[in-house]
Amino acid sequence: MENIIIVGAGPAGISAALYAARGNMDPLIINTGIGSLEKAEKIENYYGLERPLSGKELFERGLEQARALGVRILDAQVVGMGGFDTFEVKTTEGDFEARSVILATGSKRASAKIPGVKEFEGKGVSYCAVCDAFFYRGKDVAVLGNSDFALHEAEELSHTASHVTIFTDGKKPEFSKENAIDVNTMKIQAIEGDERVQGLRLKGDVSLQEAGEPQTSFAPAEGVFVALGTAGSSEMARQIGAELNEKGNIRVNEEMETTVPGLYAAGDCTGGLLQVAKAVHDGAQAGLSACQYVRKLLKGQA
Amino acid sequence: MAKVFTTDNFETEVLNAEKPVLVDFWATWCGPCRRQAPVVEELAEAEYEVGKVDVDKEPSLAQQYKIMSIPTLLVFKGGKETARFVGLTSKAELEAALQ
Repeated sequence: MENIIIVGAGPAGISAALYAARGNMDPLIINTGIGSLEKAEKIENYYGLERPLSGKELFERGLEQARALGVRILDAQVVGMGGFDTFEVKTTEGDFEARSVILATGSKRASAKIPGVKEFEGKGVSYCAVCDAFFYRGKDVAVLGNSDFALHEAEELSHTASHVTIFTDGKKPEFSKENAIDVNTMKIQAIEGDERVQGLRLKGDVSLQEAGEPQTSFAPAEGVFVALGTAGSSEMARQIGAELNEKGNIRVNEEMETTVPGLYAAGDCTGGLLQVAKAVHDGAQAGLSACQYVRKLLKGQA
Repeated sequence: MAKVFTTDNFETEVLNAEKPVLVDFWATWCGPCRRQAPVVEELAEAEYEVGKVDVDKEPSLAQQYKIMSIPTLLVFKGGKETARFVGLTSKAELEAALQ
């Protein structure tokens, strides 16, 4: 069992790791990739930089700094989160259990806004296969997404649902392993239904339209599980049951604790100022808070 | 302690109750539901009418109230559903709906 798992290796994640490592917690970082720093060509407004650094350079320096302190860094994507009293972090490189988790994967890349997703929440649209597969026993369900995150949700559902199809909304499937689940790559126009979800309205491609075929088609599904992109901090928080605010960012208090005890969030995924300086602060605070939480937990067990 | 609602007592405990009642649809294997539980218990301690429906044991209640995602929390007043919350919900929001 890990003491602290930090998901994300940007300014927030690395700062959290520095404080957690100094607190003798031997944290594990899951490096999910560079995130929005990749797009920053020049960072000039951060403390102590006598010359501008690119986001990529800063990211690499952060990783090196953590490594120099002996922090373990695992390159992997997170595909799911669970657990009751402790946390289970499921990744493409294996599953881990932790006493505390810090989410720091940055802000969610703008995901395609599919009409009907919000409207049918709780009426067939779900964000947690483990939680809601039960309600779709023997029914046809759809999973929205194109990565291992979507595949993991689809596999979870395949045990109970009668049929599972992954809809990539026009994107190329990016699964890291072979699988037997049906994939549909057509663009999604909307989720349709009345009181409950009935299915997906799909846009036909140009060749179909030229051939005089109908421009849209309908794929029946009683459940639609949303797993777009890679599992970001918001998705992980949602699977654990932590609250998001109106903007879809993770709700945290001054200690950077989410509404779930032992689960912390730091940096862009908590909203506010999307700056390195703020991410570093958040990470430091989350690292310290997580140390305190784990110490208290261990003391209670002793 | 939050009560346990079943098909047998739902009518008397929820639909015919004089005070507003909070019903928490949950299951043992649902992580977010387990994390919702302390909030529900706090409301029960605070003298609100609160009860839980285990969807594994009471699938017909879950079906009747069109529960598709858990946790789902319903508030009943005078036998009618007056509020529905899907997903983990804060104590303040639930308390406001119970007024």
